Amino acid sequence: YPYVTGSSVVAIKYKDGILMAADMGGSYGSTLRYKSVERIKPIGKHSLLGASGEISDFQEILQNLDELILYDNMWDDGNSLGPKELHSYLTRVMYNRRNKFDPLWSSLVLGGVKKGHKYLGMVSMIGLNFEDNHVATGFGNHLARPILRDEWHENLSFEDGVKLLEKCMRVLLYRDRSTVNKLQIAKITEEGVTISQPYSLKTFWGFSAFQNPTQDAEGSW
Amino acid sequence: MDLNQDDLSAPHSMGTTIIGVTYNGGVVLGADSRTSTGVYVANRASDKITQLTDNVYVCRSGSAADSQIVSDYVRYFLHQHTIQLGQPATVKVAANLVRLISYGNKNMLQTGLIVGGWDKYEGGKIYGIPLGGTLIEQPFAIGGSGSSYLYGFFDQAWKEGMTKDEAEQLVVKAVSLAIARDGASGGVVRTVIINSEGVTRNFYPGDKLPLWHEELEPQNSLLDILNTTSPEPMNM
Repeated sequence: YPYVTGSSVVAIKYKDGILMAADMGGSYGSTLRYKSVERIKPIGKHSLLGASGEISDFQEILQNLDELILYDNMWDDGNSLGPKELHSYLTRVMYNRRNKFDPLWSSLVLGGVKKGHKYLGMVSMIGLNFEDNHVATGFGNHLARPILRDEWHENLSFEDGVKLLEKCMRVLLYRDRSTVNKLQIAKITEEGVTISQPYSLKTFWGFSAFQNPTQDAEGSW
Repeated sequence: MDLNQDDLSAPHSMGTTIIGVTYNGGVVLGADSRTSTGVYVANRASDKITQLTDNVYVCRSGSAADSQIVSDYVRYFLHQHTIQLGQPATVKVAANLVRLISYGNKNMLQTGLIVGGWDKYEGGKIYGIPLGGTLIEQPFAIGGSGSSYLYGFFDQAWKEGMTKDEAEQLVVKAVSLAIARDGASGGVVRTVIINSEGVTRNFYPGDKLPLWHEELEPQNSLLDILNTTSPEPMNM
């Protein structure tokens, strides 16, 4: 069973590569216990891994991938593990654990660019995996993906991509109780990886109906 | 009353209040001293701050047995590591060893630990290792059932770059606040200060702690109160 959990991860393909966003919260049941957890990490030269769910399992996966990447570099053969290979590896790991009734309680988002080819995929804790132009985990599936289905299009610019992700993250902030208002957006292109510094989003509470919601309906709540 | 409702998403609460705080030059670890078996207080003066090496200590919470055995194993491994390395182990290594055991046996263990210490490379460091085996480095960490009452307190009272005395006073105040409200925490407040100069253990007995809301100044007897307020007999 999960103890310290991260909430949603949202990711999209854009013109130059992949954009991925996740908040920095580590919840402990209903307590928002840790507020500076980095849930997006670069893997090798070509990929980004974002995770929601149990953080200790994510840390373990990162250690395994470290070893994989190390061996990959040791070969020194000019080839390096790309996002597609890593996604495949992670799918196998997750599915095999599921078969032993001992799952890694995480949902992973794997994005990257290799040789100009953009890749974005997801693996769930039971090994269910797929590739798409936009993915989200956890609550993001319900709140972010509909927005992305409507507003995503091919060849988004960096600015439009960031704005789209921020729109999704803001909705998650409003409507998912385990999201914390401190997030990072990560970008991966052919050139490399950039993970933004942590920042907070402004929220809007200025609807007149919010001031006195029961004004026109005496006795209701 | 539903006694056995096991809500899978809610974590188990653990008897104890433990705290680890970094300050300008080292760390201060603090804990209460109550070990309970159900509602009975088995030990009212336990020592929950355990030594791993000369410069690294761990605060234990949750199952007493589990936290003790993990500490023993880590102490053993760290000892060997120190011999091989030829110099004191770093706090990071100690924390990672604790994580290794906590994560690898996550289905069996029920213990939350706070590892704190000082080494010459990184100075004072605190690592929290909650249930499940997540390793998380923090400027300060709180744990145990009593910690629920301290999240708000630390959000307000914590600041970067405190002095040794400020940090220790903060820890003592915090543990004492938690003891006031958490039934599973009580007894004395123990602190351990670790810095480049070494390790200092301190002891704050229950009667020396500040009083909080609705708590009264302890007396020897009612008779003393009666004698000081008026020499006349009580009027009904």
